[in-house]
Amino acid sequence: MVSAERVWEALAEIPDPEIPVLSLVELGVVHDVEVVGERVHVGFTPTFLGCPALEMMREQMEESIRKLGAEPDVEVLTAEGWTSDRITPAGRRKLDEAGFAPPAPREAGGPTLVQLEAHAFHCPYCGSTDTRLDNLFGPTPCRSIRYCKACRQPFEQFKTL
Amino acid sequence: MNAQALLELADDELVLGWRDSEWTGIAPFLEEDVAFSSIAQTEIGHARAWYELAAKELGTDADALAFDRDPAEYLCAPFVELRLVHDWAQTIARHWLYESADAIRIDALKSSDDPDIAGLAEKVDREEVYHRMHAAMWEERLRGEPAFQKAVDDLWPSAAALLPPDQRATLATIVGKDVPSNRLLLAHERGQHSDDFRPLWEEMTMVRRSVPGASW
Repeated sequence: MVSAERVWEALAEIPDPEIPVLSLVELGVVHDVEVVGERVHVGFTPTFLGCPALEMMREQMEESIRKLGAEPDVEVLTAEGWTSDRITPAGRRKLDEAGFAPPAPREAGGPTLVQLEAHAFHCPYCGSTDTRLDNLFGPTPCRSIRYCKACRQPFEQFKTL
Repeated sequence: MNAQALLELADDELVLGWRDSEWTGIAPFLEEDVAFSSIAQTEIGHARAWYELAAKELGTDADALAFDRDPAEYLCAPFVELRLVHDWAQTIARHWLYESADAIRIDALKSSDDPDIAGLAEKVDREEVYHRMHAAMWEERLRGEPAFQKAVDDLWPSAAALLPPDQRATLATIVGKDVPSNRLLLAHERGQHSDDFRPLWEEMTMVRRSVPGASW
């Protein structure tokens, strides 16, 4: 029988399909792991419900569990909502290093346009906070587009959810 | 909440998501291509999640509910069916009216007795914050434009009919309108389809109908 710890280690090796610098565990989408005999139950909380990588993440987790000799049971938990606060500190650092500004902490009531238009977001390339919101939406549901006025570089901002 | 109410919600999100996706590549500028494509993706993601809850009650699956029903069996409101592509004023008017209305019903669902429904409503609501910000930004930009004002006036009775009668007064207050008379609402109430729906259904289900039962 495989241990839950071993399953967590295996899941921590799966890169996020869209932002491969961080793993699914660092992204915070693995909610819980439970081993019952030969079966491994994984509670999976998708980032955005419309995320096209959702199926791929699920398949990769299943494959990884099969490789450990166990039978996967990956359950999508929509009622246990993922929030961007679930990205681990290591995950946030890796995002920043790869040119994705990590999400601002979620405050009560959620993000507002006033906040997003404020100069509180730093550029992942030069560190300046002289940045502006260019588009609430980006290439995937989880990203917005900002522009750094200091180094004149557009960059992607992980949305606060 | 019964399966019928879940299907109304899911069908609205699926059909509106489809309409939003029609702007991909042809929006007035690139940022809006990206915005409407992303909004479409999220709305259809929400539709899937609501279909999955309905499917559990009905003993089927989300794809069968989304694509295997006859046009008459869809429960979406005529408001979301209208094909508004090429008319930006109407598109933004619908977007703003829809997001204003959707916020009211999602908020009510957050206090559902069913933990699956309340939890999903909570999740959907957090994602919809971005749609609402986008709609509010555009409403502010266009509110002084006669074409936009006309679009809001024209669409208002249809938008009001999206919500159940007890939520319409709240919506009217938020968007600064009066609740339309029953006579005006009649042509837009849920349970009937606009002429725009059939061609959308043909296109949306075409691949699925071409090889029934195939696994994609």
